[in-house]
Amino acid sequence: MKRFRLSDAVIDAGAEKRALEHPAAGGCVTFEGWVRNHNEARAVLRLDYQAYAPLAESEGEAILEQACATFGLRAARCVHRVGALSIGDMAVWVGASADHRGAAFDACRWIIDEVKRRVPIWKNEHYADGESGWLHPDSTPVDPSMI
Amino acid sequence: MRYKLLYFASLADRAGRAEEMRDTSARAPRDLYTEIARQHGFAFSTDRIRVAVNGALVGWDHALADGDEIVFLPPVSGG
Repeated sequence: MKRFRLSDAVIDAGAEKRALEHPAAGGCVTFEGWVRNHNEARAVLRLDYQAYAPLAESEGEAILEQACATFGLRAARCVHRVGALSIGDMAVWVGASADHRGAAFDACRWIIDEVKRRVPIWKNEHYADGESGWLHPDSTPVDPSMI
Repeated sequence: MRYKLLYFASLADRAGRAEEMRDTSARAPRDLYTEIARQHGFAFSTDRIRVAVNGALVGWDHALADGDEIVFLPPVSGG
């Protein structure tokens, strides 16, 4: 089963968490990213996520593979929504299980940060004033290590 | 050479399309991006864009082949 998935349907966090179970794991840490109703002082009504699926899936899988090796995880998974989402919807779910809590906390944080930095997914926010816009947040150059 | 280009996010909006077939003399992503950025009015400089060919990230001087699927990736905003 793939550890990283794009999904056009609601994320089943319970099912994802069960996939982290391992007899040697002492715990898991999970993160849920939700659609919030504002961004940089603008009221947000809803948003769309678009992905370049083949590369998003391979980059996501590479991140989870690297997390398992770096943090000594028992399991790691991530699901990211694509398509139209409403306020409060879960946009992304990340989970990591490990023998001890430190590795699980560190890995979960690292995974979501890497997903946001590397995986080709884009967010289009629709604002209360009728405007919308694709977010390309970082004004700094691409990190050469990502190429 | 003939390539298939896919566009995402603001680049798709700016180009007015999600994909195009393009006949061009460009042999590397760098030349191709210069050509399409001029035509479609893309504002991103190459240091903020990544390039994927046939689903894998490549460098700007990668040798393109006829029929390649090419994506110029603007800065991402998942999560």
